[in-house]
Amino acid sequence: MEILKTYKIYIGGAFPRTESGRYYPIVDASGSTIANVCLSSRKDVRNAVVAARKAFGGWSEKTAFNRGQILYRMAEMLEGRKLQFLEELTKQGSSKEAAAREVQESIDCLVYYAGWADKFQQIASSVNPVSSSHFNFSALEPMGVIGIVAAQETSLIGLVKFIAPAICGGNTAVVAASEAFPLCAVTFAEVVHSSDVPGGVVNILTGKVSELAPAMAAHMDVNALVTESLGELDKPLALACVDNLKRNIAYQHAVPQGLQYITALQEVKTTWHPIEQIGGASSSY
Amino acid sequence: MAKKNTANSQTEWDYAASPESTSHIRLEKKYQLFINNEWVEPSSKKYFPTINPATEDVLAEIAWATDADVDKAVKAARKAYTDVWSKMSGAERGKYIYRIARMMQERAREFAVIESLDSGKPIRESRDVDVPLACNHFFYYAGWADKLEYAMPHKKPEALGVAGQIIPWNFPLLMAAWKIAPALAAGNTVVLKPAETTSLTALKLAEIIKDSGLPPGVVNIVTGYGDTGAAIVNHPDVDKIAFTGSTNVGKIIQRAVAGTHKKTTLELGGKSANIIFDDAPIDQAVEGIINGIFFNQGHVCCAGSRLFVQENVADLVIKKLKARMESLYVGDPLDKNTDIGAINSKEQLDTINKYIKIGKAEGAEIYQSDCSIPSKGFFCKPTLFTGVSQSHVITQEEIFGPVLTIQTFRTIDEVIQKANNTPYGLAAGVWTDKGSRIFNLTTKLRAGVIWANTYNKFDPVSPFGGYKESGFGREGGVHGLSAYLK
Repeated sequence: MEILKTYKIYIGGAFPRTESGRYYPIVDASGSTIANVCLSSRKDVRNAVVAARKAFGGWSEKTAFNRGQILYRMAEMLEGRKLQFLEELTKQGSSKEAAAREVQESIDCLVYYAGWADKFQQIASSVNPVSSSHFNFSALEPMGVIGIVAAQETSLIGLVKFIAPAICGGNTAVVAASEAFPLCAVTFAEVVHSSDVPGGVVNILTGKVSELAPAMAAHMDVNALVTESLGELDKPLALACVDNLKRNIAYQHAVPQGLQYITALQEVKTTWHPIEQIGGASSSY
Repeated sequence: MAKKNTANSQTEWDYAASPESTSHIRLEKKYQLFINNEWVEPSSKKYFPTINPATEDVLAEIAWATDADVDKAVKAARKAYTDVWSKMSGAERGKYIYRIARMMQERAREFAVIESLDSGKPIRESRDVDVPLACNHFFYYAGWADKLEYAMPHKKPEALGVAGQIIPWNFPLLMAAWKIAPALAAGNTVVLKPAETTSLTALKLAEIIKDSGLPPGVVNIVTGYGDTGAAIVNHPDVDKIAFTGSTNVGKIIQRAVAGTHKKTTLELGGKSANIIFDDAPIDQAVEGIINGIFFNQGHVCCAGSRLFVQENVADLVIKKLKARMESLYVGDPLDKNTDIGAINSKEQLDTINKYIKIGKAEGAEIYQSDCSIPSKGFFCKPTLFTGVSQSHVITQEEIFGPVLTIQTFRTIDEVIQKANNTPYGLAAGVWTDKGSRIFNLTTKLRAGVIWANTYNKFDPVSPFGGYKESGFGREGGVHGLSAYLK
């Protein structure tokens, strides 16, 4: 007899149930219940933001190279659980071919961003040749805690394509999974958990997007919101973001690989320092 | 006419008046709207006066643009974009922008004088800082116009279209340059609204734009009040809104564009921390503090308005600060001796005085310089408050005047926490001789511009902008182009 999986949420490196105790069923094409998943609440969002904020200092201060190593480890772990993800995707209605493509895309996405972790800084930073006697440079810094609403029509890639560039850049994330296809999000949390990602860096909630997204958009300690084509929700979310001017990154359609997805969640910091100028340079070579 | 500045200790600062000549400037009595390279009457036929805040004399009448005028301007900008500007090569666009820069340089002194008359800022600042930076901003961005693919290596960059731009009164010409130059270089056309108290230098810039032969409609200047700005923000055919001003208005704009296709960049307020460690070069640090809060009468979004001094040097720094404040000359902006000019408007002076009142009521200890201030016009003495903590209103809210709050600290971690404990995040200053400590602070202070052992430095190549509620997007440098490209 098969030991059925209990689908919990992932907060602060632990797998609690939603504090609300609520659930909703995921049903397959024939009408039978595949699983009961947590119907997460606004309080879960708040708890996740606390965990994400706590984890931000440590995660952003890890070396860029180390973040790349950890992202690559996530790819290794995802590869190792390929069959589990294929099964979950087909259970939720994917064809075998589409499922295989989606899992491959997700692995490739993780490998892609693993490679960017210690490189995007060089592409996007600059030493600025100011006209005064100062050393002046601009570098990117992570924004902080990112609220992410996974692209809703897929179970896995819609989540991975937003988490990877966010954490690659040193941010931490609170993620709302696909409402209709949440199973892979929970299993992906297990991938995150087994990859040396510190607790709180990635937090994954399942539930109603119409409940979770506004909570993230209105939260005063979230620094940016990432969404993809949420239709009628787009405008109220944009309005909710204004209170603390969190950056509203609303994509029409995002692809799984691109430098712009990393830089969209980075701030540019410019630093000045005087250069002593005693007599100026007088030697010639 | 000599003015006396008496220090509370030994020195009397006695300067012979050194007025800048205003005889050579050309000002119209009345200015129209600048649309399609023509001077157009406002449809309301209404005008409002712009005054010299140092004397309260009227300088000129300014047109008041309504929705209909804004619509005219946006239509002109759209036509110019579709028919001419989007079809022109980057190199050609660059040449127009270079021409504008050179023409501004030719008229630099006139710009500086008019800027000081209209805004109240000292002639030394408008002559030596505002105008050169403004000219150079155009010159810098001209060179990017035909090199945009280097700025966005991962895509083929395209202009956004028509940019609506709303600028503040604290650096009128410079803010116009910061908005117009990158927008044009990136291939956009512009509808710009200067602040209602400082329209003149934008209108003089319009004269140059016409003289430069820039195709009609590429840059349009519509003057007016907040309602004119709202008309620009709400116009359906504007692709991009760029705003510099208060955080409150920034949020109003951001709400207004929610659900539309318009992209925004906002450059808003700040309450920046200026941090002095015990190993800082104290005299230079004092100059840095003075410059940080009293430059431009404190009307600076990135002003170092919260001073943090390490406890063991606090008494020394504050003593030197007070002595230096006594030597600051508050007076006629057109006098070359003046350090602190006029407050931009009666409204702003009332706001500053309101905060000074709050500070006293909250139990903070006030110190103001002993200097005399002119009897006419809007002036405020340089002011500092000691005995303040994180929870005082005057340490939390942006005053936008020559008012400094002073707190002490013991440890690095403490000052980092306190400095970052604000919804703002525009700038910060760090003063210490130890290199590894500089980088400890600069990497942990959550602000978009960090000045280490200096303050209030600007340059066209240096990206400027804030974290958190100080706004988003950067102006200056290669990073400043992405605001105007897709």
